[in-house]
Amino acid sequence: MNYPAEPLAIVIFILFVLVVLGLSYWFARRARSASGYYAAGGNIHWGVNGIAFAGDYLSAASFLGIAGMIALYGYDGFLYSIGFLAGWMVALFVVAEPLKRMGKYTFASAIDAKFKSRGVVLAAGISTLVVSLFYLIPQMVGAGALITPLLGLPFEAGVFMVGAVVILIVATAGMASTTMVQFIKGGLLIGFSLGVTGLLLFSGFSTSPGEEGNPLHDLQTIELANATPGNIELKNPSYTLIEEFEAEGMVFVKAEKDNLINFWKLEEDQGILTQAQSIVTQPGQPDLYNGAPKEEGKFFQVGHLSVIDGKDNVQTGPVNLLSFFGIIKEGEVVRWGSQRLYDGNSQATVYYQIPTKGSEILVPGQNFKIDPDKGASGADRVNFVSLMLSLFLGTAALPHILIRYYTVPSPAFARKSTIVAVASIGLFYLLTFFIGLGAMTHGVIDLTNENMSAPLLARSFGLGIFAIISAIAFATILGTVSGLIVAASGAVAIDLAHKTFRIQLSEKKMVLVGRLAAVTVGIIAMALGVAFKNMNVSFLVGWAFTIAASANLPAIIMILFWSKVTAKGVIASIAVGLFGSLVMILLAPETFSQVYDLPASSAPMPISQPAIISVPLSFLTLVAVSLLTKKKDEVE
Amino acid sequence: MGHGPSTEWKTEKSGAFKSKLGLILFAVFTPIYLIFVIMSVVSPTFMASDIGPLNLSIVYGFGLIILAVILAVIYNHICSNKEKGDDACEETEEGVE
Repeated sequence: MNYPAEPLAIVIFILFVLVVLGLSYWFARRARSASGYYAAGGNIHWGVNGIAFAGDYLSAASFLGIAGMIALYGYDGFLYSIGFLAGWMVALFVVAEPLKRMGKYTFASAIDAKFKSRGVVLAAGISTLVVSLFYLIPQMVGAGALITPLLGLPFEAGVFMVGAVVILIVATAGMASTTMVQFIKGGLLIGFSLGVTGLLLFSGFSTSPGEEGNPLHDLQTIELANATPGNIELKNPSYTLIEEFEAEGMVFVKAEKDNLINFWKLEEDQGILTQAQSIVTQPGQPDLYNGAPKEEGKFFQVGHLSVIDGKDNVQTGPVNLLSFFGIIKEGEVVRWGSQRLYDGNSQATVYYQIPTKGSEILVPGQNFKIDPDKGASGADRVNFVSLMLSLFLGTAALPHILIRYYTVPSPAFARKSTIVAVASIGLFYLLTFFIGLGAMTHGVIDLTNENMSAPLLARSFGLGIFAIISAIAFATILGTVSGLIVAASGAVAIDLAHKTFRIQLSEKKMVLVGRLAAVTVGIIAMALGVAFKNMNVSFLVGWAFTIAASANLPAIIMILFWSKVTAKGVIASIAVGLFGSLVMILLAPETFSQVYDLPASSAPMPISQPAIISVPLSFLTLVAVSLLTKKKDEVE
Repeated sequence: MGHGPSTEWKTEKSGAFKSKLGLILFAVFTPIYLIFVIMSVVSPTFMASDIGPLNLSIVYGFGLIILAVILAVIYNHICSNKEKGDDACEETEEGVE
């Protein structure tokens, strides 16, 4: 879509980002000058620390992705919210306490202390790098999604900005993710989500949403004289039929009016064509958005309830928490699907209307097929279970999650903080459902990028709110990205150079190696961010969780609870989990269709979520190799 | 990410107890989560049943999130009491400065 730049929003946005970055820099300096980072930590309230904990965990990208997925598919996006929070139960109840009793606080340091083996450190280092990289991709995609509607710049510019700012931060100062900064970010993110939800309930629903001066696009239909596919004839003489297309049981019509070529979808039983949207790409020419170059702004935002309470022209006024769902459940929502059509050299992505009963929006199944009565295959249902498994098991295995739990003065303090964190993260995830469904019904979906749904919903309530939310999200992404890059790439590079290859580095050189690695990882992340542009952010986050759960979780659990683990067993388990899940992801149907632009059916893997195979495989490998190598290790 | 060094916590008498409690609460949560996943796949129609203006999927999903928070609170409460008890023992055995 085409977005004009909004000067007011840009000013607020830049001010806000500068304030957050300035605070971060100020606190970082203070932390450095203090004797020991947490020496002064005793006077931080556990509640503050808890919100900071939440600020660490809630990546703005996953928020954008969840809201976007709910906006397109309803309940299916909310599954991520449930799974992400459920994952905390594994982290808090199973992993945190025993890991602490080992005296260690990250996966890598725990296995390093246990085995003192170069191979294990190398394996853990590589898997940490890969997981971090996969966690970085959605952050970059999220940054691009935020910048586009805000500054009127192309997607790539957003990715480049984040990359450049982060590399600048990392190469000059390093960014301390201090408690106060994370507290401010976490608090603001939750506070503004509450605010948007409040505005949403107050404004209620309408069958023609949209603010003054920017109403919802009036969707057209064309009456047909003949609705038989192959012989379609239009009643309205101002349209000229150009061509019919058939794809996956649907019929699309290309028609021209006033020199604009547009696509329509046939509804044979109603004898009409319904309006679709299209992006046509052809070699050597600019892309056409609904028949015209992007700048002309013909492509429009969508998403509305077509029927409320049995009527098609209704405005509800304020609603409450329960009637919010009730109105959607009893109504009908116009969702949008997409289909690719090929016409000689040119290629069209056509977005068409899918009128959907509200009751079907509020159960899983619009994206992840699960109901055999609605055509779900066995593989589809396994895919769903696999997704829920990876979300559940992934959190505890992410490299950067548990660190904050251990950097506080006492276990009681850590736990109280964690309670505040779990409660506020839980609240935030509940809000995602309202925000996502709000975007679905308030005419704010950009079909070319679903990740923009939450920021665009905020924009419908006013530019100021929009700018502030975007700034918070952007600053949060900056924090997450620089933190991940510094922690993962820097530390891992030094670890690898130091422990695996036994290279002696002076302190100066170590910093240099860390920064070089950080810049490299930053550039790779930028490139991947552009490559994965069109994918839903939480889907991408889900992959990071799958890789973490496959490569790291079996090793963590078995080291904690099984005495017979050997170094070779851990190495084999990490290798099998990491490469197994990675290869299965690269061969998955969803990767084929959305990354390589190939038909999903040509993918060798039947499912897109491999955790259900790769996690048990990694566990079995660990047990088998440990048992086989038991004696050797004892002799050594 | 400058999280600072991990701090050495005081001797943890209740460590084993807390690990066990954690596993028990995990054993409470996990089946409820699994039932949600399995029911969604096996019986989507049942999960769509009405509960007032809501449906079972929404109530169950919200319930899972709220249950997670409640279990975390319970965990903290029991652990804190246990630690208090341990401290009291220490005081009577060794005296306090």
